Parts: sequence; C-alpha cells; structure tokens
Amino acid sequence: MRYTFGLDTFGDRNGGTDGKPLSHAQTIRNVVREGVFAEQVGVDFFGIGEHHTEIFPMPAGDVALAAIAAQTTKIRLGSAVTVLSSDDPVRVFQRYSTLDAISTGRAEVILGRGSSIESFPLFGYDLADYDELFDEKATLFAELLEGGPVTWQGKTRPALRGQDVVPHVESGQFPAWIGVGGNPQSVIRAARLGYSLALAIIGGSPARFSAYSELFRRALESFGQPLRPVLVHSPGHVAESDDKAKAEFWPRWRDILTVMAPERGFAIPTEKSFDREIGPHGALYVGSPETVARKIATNLEVLDATRFDLKYGMPGMTHDQLMAGIELYGRKVIPRVRELLGEPDR
Amino acid sequence: MTTTTGPNKLAVLGAGHVGPVIARLAVKAGYPVAIATSGDPADIALIAELMIPGARPRWASQAVAEADVVVLAIPLHRFVTVDPQMFAGKLVVDAMNYWPASDGVLSAFTGGGSTEIVAGRLTGSTVVKALNHIGYHELEDLARPAGAPDRRAAGVAGDDPAAVGVIAGVIDRLGYDPVRFENLRAGRVLQPGGQVFGVALALPEFERAVGQNATSPL
Repeated sequence: MRYTFGLDTFGDRNGGTDGKPLSHAQTIRNVVREGVFAEQVGVDFFGIGEHHTEIFPMPAGDVALAAIAAQTTKIRLGSAVTVLSSDDPVRVFQRYSTLDAISTGRAEVILGRGSSIESFPLFGYDLADYDELFDEKATLFAELLEGGPVTWQGKTRPALRGQDVVPHVESGQFPAWIGVGGNPQSVIRAARLGYSLALAIIGGSPARFSAYSELFRRALESFGQPLRPVLVHSPGHVAESDDKAKAEFWPRWRDILTVMAPERGFAIPTEKSFDREIGPHGALYVGSPETVARKIATNLEVLDATRFDLKYGMPGMTHDQLMAGIELYGRKVIPRVRELLGEPDR
Repeated sequence: MTTTTGPNKLAVLGAGHVGPVIARLAVKAGYPVAIATSGDPADIALIAELMIPGARPRWASQAVAEADVVVLAIPLHRFVTVDPQMFAGKLVVDAMNYWPASDGVLSAFTGGGSTEIVAGRLTGSTVVKALNHIGYHELEDLARPAGAPDRRAAGVAGDDPAAVGVIAGVIDRLGYDPVRFENLRAGRVLQPGGQVFGVALALPEFERAVGQNATSPL
C-alpha cells in the first residue's frame, strides 16, 4: 500500500447533547473510544496532539494512546504533535518507546510546535528561545532514535555521556516526523536531521505547499539522506451530506476561531471565508464522503504526499457526531480515495 | 518622490514564513531581489532556487549594502541582536511584529509601537512600517495588479513623507493599494491589537477601519 490514512485529535472538549461541555475526564475517555473505533473502521493511524488548554485538555496524549494500544492490534499510534521544545527529548523517547513496546511496534512521533504556545510558560521556557530549543532537542532525539549509548552536549539540557536510554525499541526505530507549518527553513532542518515531513495545512490553498515537498526531497538529496515520506495534516469533519457536515462543524469552528483570532492574528472567520476553506482551493475537509475523498485524493497528488491525517472535529462537537464522522472516514472516504488514486482496496 | 522613480534593488532579510513571500512578490513585480539570513547564503540556496526563483541568496551585509530598500522579515527577538550600523543610510521596511501571544514577551518592546522602537535602534536609517499586517499566505494569494476590482489595501507608515512615498510605490507594485500614515505613531493601527492587523480589506473598508489615522491613499 502506497497510501495511508490517519485521524488526529487534540482532545477537543466534547459538547453534550444538551449543549453543555462534557468534563475533561469524559472527553479523554471518549478519545480512547474514538481511537479504538478508528481501528475497527479501517483507519491506519490515530494521532493525539499535545495541548494544555481548557478546550483542548490533552497534555499527556501518550497515556491515552497506551489505553488505545491495549485495545487494538493494527492501528498505528502517535503524537500529532509533541511540543518537543518544552519537553525533555529523553523523556519523550522513553514514553514513545514504551508505547512502542505496549503496542508491539505501532508507535510514531510527530515533533513540532503546532500552533500552541501554552506549554512554554507552563514549563518555564521562553518562547524567544523556541528555535534554539527545537533545533537542539530534535538533534538529540534523532540520536536517541538511532539506539545505542548516546553522547550529547548542548545548552538546553544536561549532557549525556555514553548513556544507554531504555526501553530499547524492538524493531530498531519507530517513525519520526517533523511538523512544519510554512517555514521553509524547518523543512530543510527536517531533511538534515533525518526526519520525515509532516505538512500542517490549516488555512489557504494546499497547492502552495507543493514547493515544500519538492524542497524536502531536494534537501534530502543534498544531505545524502534516503528518500522519506511526506504527510499532510488538515482539519475537517465528514457527515452523510455536505450540508450536514457544515451544519455540525461551522458553528464550532466559528466559535473557537473567534476567540483565537485576536491572539493569533488572523481574521475572524465569516461564513463566506469558511465556504472558501471547504471548497476545492481551501484547507478544510468538511463534507460528504465523496467531497472529502476527492479533495484528499487531489491534494495527495498535488503535494506528492503518501499519508493524509484528518484532524477530525472541533471543541463543542458531540462524541456521537465525532464517531459518525470517524465511521464515514474509515468505511467510505479511505476506500474512495484509494480508488481515486488507483490503489486497490485492501 | 513619485512611484515611477522608485527604488531599484530590494534586500529581504529573513527566510522564514514571511521573507520568501515578500521576496517572491518583489521578483514578480520586477525588482532585483536579494535574500539573506543571519547565516551562510549556501544554507538558503535551495529555498531561493525552488521557492523564490529569481532571487539571489546573499550574506546579509552584502545584500544590505547593495540594496535601495531593505525589508526586515526576521523574528523580532533576533532583531535586537543585529548590528544597527549595517543599515546606516538605508531605507528600511519593518515587516516584523511584536506579538507576545505568539512569540513571547520581549521587555524592549512592551508598550508603544514596535516600529517606533525599531526606528529608535536604527538611528542612522529611515524606517517605514509596512507588509506586517496581512498574514503571510494571504499576502501572496490576495496580491492584485492596480485597478483590479478585488484589490486590497495595505498600510505604509513613517515619519519621513518622502520615504513613505517610496514604499507606497513599492506596495503598489507588489499588488496592494497603499494607504499612507503620516508617522510611525499613527501606524500602530497596523500592529497586533490594531484595527487592521490580520485582516486584508479593500480600500474603502480599510479607510473606514482606521478612521482619522490615515492620510489620503496614493
């Protein structure tokens, strides 16, 4: 199989059927159910992104992934993303190599920042040091992935001298990606350090990212690295019809982005701008299985990528809406994308 | 100064999210463009070749020395480590933002207008605020030739009217209706928290949004 398909969540706090938000604890239990269900409907990967906020109460996604691992046998499980800059690379490696052990070789990590910054003050890091922190820690993490005793020295954590970091990974290495949101220098870094590339496309035309895929391949070549895959991560929601998907997703998208817009510096979405984003030239995958499948197939080809991860749902949506979306994604969207791309269904 | 006798050479400092977008628009507008980071131009050779065809990667000092207009598109926390002498005598466009919610707190920039503080450091240069208030992917997608019905407006603020006029001409060529502000103080409406930060408006809506702050468009 050339193509694989995933689902990502940030632990978006669920709404109840009465419109009131569910507790953080219930939301986390629902995420575990969603991950287990994703395997049952044929999804290849389930990812949990690190966040530390009231509407995304998901700081320890690896614990939830372990619970999913215990109830599944095939689906791959990983972070989407791990905010490496405000974490300890040794601890991240240990948590995901433990997940790899529990799941018998199904762990992955995507390292990055996402668009979240809340972990920096929480753990005492300065955002101004973001780049230096990420560069050093991604370099150390790449060495940890190699296995064997690690000798390392830097400014952001204590040095290691011939340190054996356990547990050892059974199969040698688990897949590791660097998530990039639009900075070409981050693409070069991913190639230089030997990571695969995850393109987070959350607004505007996906086609403009095709230059990043090419940049990644050329950079791999220039560093003497083997060819590595590119994945695309984008938000969306699937329902029986385009209208139903929009009715379930748009009000939640509007509410959340209206709060986030002033602090993140983007325009408050209007229904018109939202319609552009869910159209053929936008970044959101909201609609019927056919609408979403066509858009995924087109963009995988345009971006020369082999994996698509849908960040499903939004805070305030109900667990039932999310489960229905997961079922359609697994049973309808994925087989249809494979068909559109000329790949036989398994 | 008029737009027809505008600058010939642009240097864009920064090859992150914003720099390549501005450089691409400038190449498209017909300017000779150099792009530089704090490091070796070899490190951004591939980025220039694939993402900004036509722009030349240079050492920062070379790019600045040869340019008529220098665009600063580096993280603000890096700007405070740059030697102001390098920009002496140059017309500098500040496309940077002080945006604590996204980039953290910088004590040198708390309170006031970030470009006023930038200008306070670059005492030997003429500083104009522009290209900072439209998101980097929109900046490219929404650029239109003069007269296009769906053209958007972009602000240009500075204390030197001649310099503002020059940069207004550049903005026009890059694809936006320039709206001039008569000093950097008035240009605070362009920065995070200001009325037009993060939104790309057509000229009439832009003028309504900024109220009395703007002088007449070009």
